[in-house]
Amino acid sequence: MTGASLRLCRSLLQRCPCLSGTSPNCLNPALTSSIMTRSLSDSAAPPAAIQNPEAVTKQSVSQGYGGIADTPRLRSSLNDTEVAKFAAIAETWWDFEGPFKPLHLLNPTRVSFIRSALCRYFRRDPYSTRPFEGLKIIDVGCGGGILCEPLARMGACVTGIDVVEKNINVAQVHAGLDPLTSSIEYICMTAEQLVGSNRKFDAVLALEVIEHVADPSDFVESLSALVAPGGATVISTINRSLRAYAAAIVAAEYLLNWLPRGTHQWSKFLTPEELVLILQRASISVEEMAGFVYNPLTGEWSLSDDTSVNFIAFGTKEIPPTM
Amino acid sequence: MPVICKARVYSMKALPSIFTLYGMPKRAFCHGGSREESSYNSCKNKIISPTISKDEEYDIAIVGGGMVGLALACGLSSMRLAKELSIAILDSNPALKLTVRFNKDGVPHPRVSTVTPATISFFKEVGAWEYVEKQRHAYFNQMQVWDYSGLGYTRYHSRDVGKDYLGCVVENKLLCDSLLSRLQNLDFKKTIHTCRLISMEFPSQGNPTTTDTEQVHMMSGSPGVVPSGNTVEQIHHGSSIKLVLSDGSSLFAKLVVGADGAKSLVREMAGLTTTSWNYPQNAVICTVEHSVENNCAWQRFLPSGPIALLPIGDKFSNIVWTMSPEEASIHKSMSRDDFVKAVNYALDYGYGSHPQSKFIDGFMHRISSISGQNMASMEEHFQLPPKVTDLVSERMTFPLSLRHAREYVSKRVVLIGDAAHAVHPLAGQGVNLGFSDAAALAKVIDQGLLVGYDIGEVSLLKKYEKERKTANMTMMGILDLFQKAYSVDLGPLNVLRAAAFHGAQFIAPLKRNIVSYAMGDQKWPLFT
Ligand SMILES: Cc1cc2nc3c(=O)[nH]c(=O)nc-3n(C[C@H](O)[C@H](O)[C@H](O)COP(=O)(O)OP(=O)(O)OC[C@H]3O[C@@H](n4cnc5c(N)ncnc54)[C@H](O)[C@@H]3O)c2cc1C
Ligand SMILES: C[S@@+](CC[C@H](N)C(=O)[O-])C[C@H]1O[C@@H](n2cnc3c(N)ncnc32)[C@H](O)[C@@H]1O
Repeated sequence: MTGASLRLCRSLLQRCPCLSGTSPNCLNPALTSSIMTRSLSDSAAPPAAIQNPEAVTKQSVSQGYGGIADTPRLRSSLNDTEVAKFAAIAETWWDFEGPFKPLHLLNPTRVSFIRSALCRYFRRDPYSTRPFEGLKIIDVGCGGGILCEPLARMGACVTGIDVVEKNINVAQVHAGLDPLTSSIEYICMTAEQLVGSNRKFDAVLALEVIEHVADPSDFVESLSALVAPGGATVISTINRSLRAYAAAIVAAEYLLNWLPRGTHQWSKFLTPEELVLILQRASISVEEMAGFVYNPLTGEWSLSDDTSVNFIAFGTKEIPPTM
Repeated sequence: MPVICKARVYSMKALPSIFTLYGMPKRAFCHGGSREESSYNSCKNKIISPTISKDEEYDIAIVGGGMVGLALACGLSSMRLAKELSIAILDSNPALKLTVRFNKDGVPHPRVSTVTPATISFFKEVGAWEYVEKQRHAYFNQMQVWDYSGLGYTRYHSRDVGKDYLGCVVENKLLCDSLLSRLQNLDFKKTIHTCRLISMEFPSQGNPTTTDTEQVHMMSGSPGVVPSGNTVEQIHHGSSIKLVLSDGSSLFAKLVVGADGAKSLVREMAGLTTTSWNYPQNAVICTVEHSVENNCAWQRFLPSGPIALLPIGDKFSNIVWTMSPEEASIHKSMSRDDFVKAVNYALDYGYGSHPQSKFIDGFMHRISSISGQNMASMEEHFQLPPKVTDLVSERMTFPLSLRHAREYVSKRVVLIGDAAHAVHPLAGQGVNLGFSDAAALAKVIDQGLLVGYDIGEVSLLKKYEKERKTANMTMMGILDLFQKAYSVDLGPLNVLRAAAFHGAQFIAPLKRNIVSYAMGDQKWPLFT
């Protein structure tokens, strides 16, 4: 079991650099947001996300904002090799045997937690084909869309956001392959940036993301701001426990060769109690919590009471007194 | 405020041109809701999903409407979520289009199956067993296996395992018919295509590069320019497999199930390789008549292979007689009278005497009394099967082979039944393994839908493979071993073989395990 946790931790830790492709900067909030602000202004044209980010940036500099949607120049800037590159990364995100294997293995288990928690809360029939029909769900830090796709198949109206543009591209290309997932809306931005747009969601999910953000409290505040009153939140992360610590030392040593120093600060890992407190401060009360345990014999994860390594929490946002 | 990118942006830009080229769009599949009422309705990014040509799109295409393929369709139709899937069944057998063809009067067809209690439970679960019960079928509660060398025999009784019966013999046609009747009486989205699969075209998904490049072109491409045929298909059928049929039509499916028998084309096209052994043996099968009713399954091992006499209802029995190809052609062409004589000879004193209880029995008694085992079933005495009075059907011969797919799944493809594993028909297990495959696959698909899986995803299908491969290989190993033990004349070592029989006869727990295993209880036969 420890071996398995080890493996998960390690790859969770690894994930960040490979997700962000060439720039581990994604972890630096200042840098990230400056990059993001730039590319956001370009995304006026829907196709932009699929294109070479650099080309897009240049375009936007020369053309300024707006009018991009029908600009032939933009279309001609389309770079097949870049597209091929996105596809190559898509293969990694969606390669069950690739670096994201632990996430794929974990996925059915966390989806079933989300399914039962949301169905109970929103009074949906958990055994209908599309229990989330009509629910607006946002997946913050969606990566390649591993969680977004099952939610969309279950009927939800899904939005996925991530700071890494390449992840968004990969997620988009993959979702387009199945009519059931092609309606997912992917946007490259941070939770903070989306808060500015005043959009609200019935459920806000952030799985395996909070351990990568600069300030978990600020992050949770942003998540809370995205939740509609009476809506729900689901967060999963790694515990700052002795067991997880032991696992991560190995990972950290392994990673030290190529990860910028301080990428994963131990102190950033939250215990379940801390997460509950932070959420509380952001007006979200945790109602359910579960741990994930790995069975090396079956190679499958299951839900348990043991939250000592990986855990997931479900909370709801109070409905403010109406005036 | 940023404008948001949608995965299906091209649906807004490129569609008009597609409409003009191909006429009205038709909404394709979705696994939820009815086909008319789109699953996308509630989302504000409403997606129009046009089908480019008249090609139909399904969630699952089952290639092969034999017993196992139909069993899968029934299994899916009785699942909570999977019953919403749209299914296409392909088989050139025109019988699939007809209703109620089975006639219980008249002589039973020579192709029959011995179904185990596990299979019967499955049929009951999916609601097909009631159709079997309305027609001719034969439950049996006893089984006797013996050896031409006269040294060993085993008699099983269903009460050894605390059950009412050991199995039931049913004509294959009736099994198919019952499954089909069940499907026809269900509100289940299935379409039967009475034609053969000719070829399969896989989406270029192993490397999405081409598809994606094309998609991007579509998204930004100038209106009116639609990339050539395949490209459009690629985009609109996403990652589905295209199946080309013998009538020139084609359809798309997210998951293709190969239920197309031992010579599976699906298996070949998906590049799934097999391990196979050819036995230098053929099986002669036919229906015979007795003067009394038979209610026991009999099997005698002869030097050239086993002969089985299975009750099939009324005063009929079915014969499955394994022998060399030369002997088979002789037995197929000899006169009716001679054949009846040969059968009676083979089931009686032919090739050796009846088993006596001298030599080994004493030894076995000692062993079992030392180990303090329950002796109840030792009371069963050796019996002779009822005499065959007439041959009442044509004699059919089949070559025997054992074949096992090394892998049962690949992206969007899964094998079940004989397509995954063809076994020696010796213990009547072939189709039972296939029914277990169908039951397991239906369940795995249903569980996958519960957590939003793409049903063609290898990681999901592997769960099915993992569950079934071990069970199938165990059974194949046992049958192969049996076959080997009997295809060589062991001379003095026959005694050992006989001792094994006696072991099974006299050591009650061991025997119980063997019987349970043969009845489909899925336990290891020897190590429990
Ligand atoms: C002599 C003999 C005796 C047997 N006795 C027993 C027994 O007593 N008990 C037992 O359990 N099992 C027995 N078996 C085994 C049993 O018959 C098989 O295991 C069983 O028929 C397998 O079912 P299936 O549906 O997988 O394949 P099949 O029954 O072979 O069905 C395959 C179907 O696929 C269709 N098909 C093939 N290719 C295509 C294509 N390209 N396009 C569309 N359709 C296609 C065929 O028309 C057919 O209907 C015996 C087998 C033999 C040979
Ligand atoms: C470990 S991955 C998890 C991916 C996805 N949630 C899943 O579980 O399948 C973390 C993801 O969060 C993204 N991320 C990191 N910091 C973020 C932030 N502040 N806002 C949004 N996304 C962020 C990363 O780019 C990465 O894709």
